Amino acid sequence: MNELHVAGLTKSYGAGEPVLRGLELTVPAGALAAVLGPSGCGKTTMLRIVAGFLRADAGTVRLGDRLLAGPGVHLPPERRRIGIVPQEGALFPHLSVARNVAFGLRGTDRAERRRRTEELLDLVGLAGYGDRMPHELSGGQQQRVALARALAPRPQLVLLDEPFNALDSALRTGVRSDVRAALRATGATAVLVTHDQQEALSTADLVAVVRDGQVAQCATPQDLYRRPADPWIADFVGDAVMLPGTVDSDGTARTALGPVPLATPPGDLRAGTVLLRPEQLRLTDADSEDAVRGTVTDVRYYGHDAMVTVTVEGHDTPVGIRVAGLLAVRPGEETGIRVVGEAGFHS
Amino acid sequence: MREASGGRTSRKARRPDRRPPLILLVPACVAALFALLPLGYLAVRALERGPGFAWDVVADERTLDLLGRSLGLTAVVVAACLVLGVSLAWLTVRTALPGARAWSVLATLPLAVPSYVAAFAWLSAEPGLAGFGGAALALTLVSFPYVHLPVAAALRGIDPAQEEAARSLGHGPLRTFVRVTLPQLRPAAAGGSLLVALYVLSDFGAVSLMRYDTFTRAIHTSYRASFDRTPAAALSVVLVVMTVALVAAEARTRGRAGHARTGTGTARPAVPVALGRWRPLALLWCGAVTAVAVAFPLGTLGYWLAVGSSATWDLGGLAETAWGTFGVAAAGAGLTTLLALPVGVIAARHRGRGARLLEQAAYAGHALPGITVALALVFFAVRYAYPLYQQLPLLVCAYAVLFLPVAVAATRAAVLQAPPVLEDMARSLGRRPWQVLREVTVPLAAPGVAAGAALTFVVCMKELPATLLLRPTGMDTLATRLWTETGAGSFAAAAPYAAALILLAAVPSYLLGRHRT
Repeated sequence: MNELHVAGLTKSYGAGEPVLRGLELTVPAGALAAVLGPSGCGKTTMLRIVAGFLRADAGTVRLGDRLLAGPGVHLPPERRRIGIVPQEGALFPHLSVARNVAFGLRGTDRAERRRRTEELLDLVGLAGYGDRMPHELSGGQQQRVALARALAPRPQLVLLDEPFNALDSALRTGVRSDVRAALRATGATAVLVTHDQQEALSTADLVAVVRDGQVAQCATPQDLYRRPADPWIADFVGDAVMLPGTVDSDGTARTALGPVPLATPPGDLRAGTVLLRPEQLRLTDADSEDAVRGTVTDVRYYGHDAMVTVTVEGHDTPVGIRVAGLLAVRPGEETGIRVVGEAGFHS
Repeated sequence: MREASGGRTSRKARRPDRRPPLILLVPACVAALFALLPLGYLAVRALERGPGFAWDVVADERTLDLLGRSLGLTAVVVAACLVLGVSLAWLTVRTALPGARAWSVLATLPLAVPSYVAAFAWLSAEPGLAGFGGAALALTLVSFPYVHLPVAAALRGIDPAQEEAARSLGHGPLRTFVRVTLPQLRPAAAGGSLLVALYVLSDFGAVSLMRYDTFTRAIHTSYRASFDRTPAAALSVVLVVMTVALVAAEARTRGRAGHARTGTGTARPAVPVALGRWRPLALLWCGAVTAVAVAFPLGTLGYWLAVGSSATWDLGGLAETAWGTFGVAAAGAGLTTLLALPVGVIAARHRGRGARLLEQAAYAGHALPGITVALALVFFAVRYAYPLYQQLPLLVCAYAVLFLPVAVAATRAAVLQAPPVLEDMARSLGRRPWQVLREVTVPLAAPGVAAGAALTFVVCMKELPATLLLRPTGMDTLATRLWTETGAGSFAAAAPYAAALILLAAVPSYLLGRHRT
């Protein structure tokens, strides 16, 4: 019913390179999808086209059974029933918090408007803040009000444009989970645009990686992280260990870290890139039997875990190993490495 | 992570899909046509009897003589303003001059003195000043802040590291100033000089009180002297051509200088130059300029007020004139602001050739001397709208044409202050474009627009040449009364009008200043 369906979206500015090249994206009703990509990949342009602020050169945007944009069709933004939470909130500075939230509530009577405003302020944890002016709120509070304002008219779709960018990292996690909870509570379909892969993986039900104006892969956070479609995506959504490898007759890949089982059959591919995550590598005793030997070059300690880089024979770039718990190695020491689980394999 | 947010924001700012909504476009076009009407009509009128006649007037010996006098006065005043403006700017910004900030503020005060008030002050003290010298003196002392302000701002913006680099490369302080600092001040000084030149060319009050014939005074005389208005129109066209040529010349130097800039803003303020034994001399210079430009006119005014109290103090007449001035200036400011609103919003929010053209049309008044606008409106009214001839609405229209640039600039700046994303938000929350304008854009821009209206009010109140030509018979503003009395040599009778003018103009300026802080 509130499914977002974007098809064949194309857009270029002036005579320049196209920003969107036939972008396809489907977000099921009630899901929170993240659109993840580096700066300049076209994700913000896509969001502005869906919102109705920009016209696409070609392609269609459907929301439920309504055609919002397509050949000869361009519904103005005020008739799309799409809520938007922009960067830094963009609250109306001349209106109180309550009037900001009530801005989209028209055609309802005053009592109902008030009830709905209070309900939403309550939902975002800001009950009683209605009389404040936006500049009297902290950045995180402003962002919550912006969400309440977007949700108030019961939009079919909510677009969040890097809404947590302006918040410092301590605040970000809290606001992020509150926003998620509020979106869940209303059941709205939502699209979160971000360049932060951690934010995308931890917040969304579905992540679409956009590269050069196209969706390179759209999957659940787990699938995306575990089975990235290509090495670029693997590297973009997290730390990756990439090794050249050749496929043996038993279906495993032979690499500098020894034989590694593959997650999917390699097909006709005989030689390619073997893809592992740093947490799939374990440090063992230097002389343990099934381990490959290497030399520790660097240790970066993060508190909850640490990243240890190790050079191994037969591979010229050091590999990263994520180590949880107690750290027993120092740079310069010899260590053993063991691979756990299955690897991806790409040409 | 590759972060290049610059590219993204600039793309957003360009907003290529937005065309101005009709609700803005139609009134903006009306305003633009309104602003261009006098110019067009003037050309038609000047060529009415064929280009031959107009050429005869223009090529007349008397016209060439006027041209020489106008240009001569302009050149002398611009040169004097450059000396005063640059020296004061350097002393107050870059040296350890005691009280530098206070001097800097004092140096901007002459902007509040209309040229004819300055002329009044000097003439009343020394009637022998009448002529070229007096006109040049009065005009220089009221217009040097136009050079001082931009040059001081540019000096603050120069990275001291450049000068330090020059010093470390073996240049002495003087050589460094001439070879590194001065060239960077050129765009600011050129811009300021343009404003001074336009001010002098279009000035009517000071030159007519000083009885020094220039184009503006000759146009006025020619208009008053005969029923044949074509010579006045032809002279006006020459004047407009001169101002337009000046604007174009300045735009060209600015275009080239722009490339030489390597970024503004300083990491740290420059170390002030110690004046040493030059200190008393520097203080004397600042003191002398302030004394003749600020203290002297105010002192003279006070003197004549004191003398006049025993002579002709017509309080009732003064109050009536002040009230009338207030009324026309308020009407002028109101109409101007109303016309400026759509143009300012379009100029701030929309790119493209059409939007630029609209904005430039509205700026036409910038290059049009008051007297030519007045003449054009007189001609127009006599031919097509006779009931308006010598009626208040025509005068108010002249104010709108003349001061539309002031109000448009203020509106544009005010709208630019409000982030466009707020308008997007209002759209996404169900508002149609005109509702967005009413509920978001206008309320947010209101303080800036009001400031522009106050500024327009002040300049309307001080306006002299157009008011003289267009006012209804028997109606006086403070400015025209001051002009009449001074012209007749009744300095004591003129003083109360000058004082009332300065007081009335000070109120909005004071309110504006308080609003900012």
